[in-house]
Amino acid sequence: MATRYIAGRVLAVVPVLFIVSVVVSLMVHLTPGDPVKVMMGQSGASAEEIEQIRAQLGLDQPLPVQYVRFLKDLATGDLRSIRTHQPVVQQYLELFPNTLQLAVVSLLVAIVIGMLLGVVAATHQNSWLDSFSMAVGFLGVSIPNFWLALVLIYVFAVSLNWLPATGAGGPKLLILPATVLAMEQVALIARLIRANMVEVLQEDYIKTARSKGLRERSVQWGHALRNAMLPTITLMGLNFGYLLSGAIIVETVFARPGIGRLIVDAILNKDFPVVQGAVLLTATVYLFVNLLTDISYSLIDPRIRY
Amino acid sequence: MASATVNAGEAIAGKTGDKRVDALARTEGRRDRRALRRLAQHKSAAIGFGIIVVLIVLALAASFIVPYDPIGLSRNVLQPPSRDHVMGTDNLGRDIFSRVLYGTRISLQMGFIAIAIAATVGTTMGVVAGAYGGLVDNVLMRFIDALMAVPGILLALTVAAVLGAGLYTAMVAVGIAWIPSFARIVRSLVLQVKEMPYIEAARSLGSNDSRLIWRHVLPNALTPVLVLSSLGVGSAILIGAALSFLGVGAQPPTAEWGIMLSEGRQFMRSAWWVMAFPGLAITVTVLAANLVGDGLRDALDPRIKL
Repeated sequence: MATRYIAGRVLAVVPVLFIVSVVVSLMVHLTPGDPVKVMMGQSGASAEEIEQIRAQLGLDQPLPVQYVRFLKDLATGDLRSIRTHQPVVQQYLELFPNTLQLAVVSLLVAIVIGMLLGVVAATHQNSWLDSFSMAVGFLGVSIPNFWLALVLIYVFAVSLNWLPATGAGGPKLLILPATVLAMEQVALIARLIRANMVEVLQEDYIKTARSKGLRERSVQWGHALRNAMLPTITLMGLNFGYLLSGAIIVETVFARPGIGRLIVDAILNKDFPVVQGAVLLTATVYLFVNLLTDISYSLIDPRIRY
Repeated sequence: MASATVNAGEAIAGKTGDKRVDALARTEGRRDRRALRRLAQHKSAAIGFGIIVVLIVLALAASFIVPYDPIGLSRNVLQPPSRDHVMGTDNLGRDIFSRVLYGTRISLQMGFIAIAIAATVGTTMGVVAGAYGGLVDNVLMRFIDALMAVPGILLALTVAAVLGAGLYTAMVAVGIAWIPSFARIVRSLVLQVKEMPYIEAARSLGSNDSRLIWRHVLPNALTPVLVLSSLGVGSAILIGAALSFLGVGAQPPTAEWGIMLSEGRQFMRSAWWVMAFPGLAITVTVLAANLVGDGLRDALDPRIKL
């Protein structure tokens, strides 16, 4: 049963990936005006150069041919930036670990803070601690991450001079970006943990655990939290996309090399091959992370089959 | 689905004059009023709603209130907050208070227009997919999956890059990023409603498809679409400001909060006020929108988990 379910899920990704790749490969044609002129911008390319780039990108060929060519170029490393002429896939793979590192660290930060707030809120329901935890969560989803980043840079790098502000490198440079990226997740995790814990705390097995004479703390953190965790796992998998989104802004503000910044720079420079390659690769990563989340979820709890 | 039963009730009552069904419809009226009362008693939602109303008034009256031209330059550059300039001035001598106030217009427009686009297109897609099923459903939903495979801000960034930078293309871009949420929730509702016995009853009484959709399906979708819209406005304002911050949204010298932040960051060291107030403005606006959305969800349909 499980293999059939997994096979079905994997197969379902194929048409989605097909649609994404078609749209991405042909997206230059959706720009109003001549895409090559848009790409060359104000640099004042001659008519000859424009024709040359048009031919290089294969824009003069029929659409299906362009699609196949795009995939082939992507696979063989011939899809190159029109500015730096570097292969897009290689650039993406070089930068991906940076972004992944940022995403994973911030997820850990978010889980620790979110869980703490969620459990405190659930075990002190309707007290000021509850309101406080939820208020922190609310603020987390409402504050723009680019502004939070600027504020933290101002406080910790400019005023106090405790931490470096921008760039990439040691763990110290990860603290501020990871905190900013974690804030949105904190709110979501805290709210979910709280909602689930409130439900779980009503269960009979919690009463049993209490009547056995277990200390309240081990009832809460051991029994209740563990059972409230499951929905959180899915959320975290699904939120991987949000982390990638957030990384786009965080990397830009903190001047950290990564795929987010690669994409933003490419978009600002109208470097379409880079945008195309990076968007398709990111969508692929995202689809497979979601797939893995679904599958692991169904393995953890066999009752769940979508 | 309590409201579903009642619409059925109304439909049948209209034709057969069944007293019991009329009574049922009246109960529903009371339930709506009860939902309104619940909303009024929701303290944080009331606060959020109050802030939004104030912001709308400020946005409408901005040209009467502002002490200075929001894009008018002056010699008084980077002045700290004072009696003449309550929020100080920026590097071009523009009054920050006036710019923040004008920015309210743009951000509220961004939130409402983007979500209106998403709600209209998404609801239509959801209704069509759910009502017709089969191949239509399959194709539409794969497109929605494809949209969802590119996480939020990356999708908006890509659309903005393709359509060209600008405030209105940014609104469209943010709207497109929100289409999947509406399409999916409306589709699942249509699927639920389709199975209701009263749909069969209405059909056997001679209702055609479009009448069924307008009279019975859409009224049921209203509550979740409203809740999702109100939750979406805050996020749309955030993404819109982020696009402008990154340079693909509204363009300088427009008085827009994201632009003000991206311009102000260079002067962080010497003039904190340049980036403090626009960021605060975004946070307050988004927080208010989120509070209203949260309250609406609790009051109208506590079962919807978004």
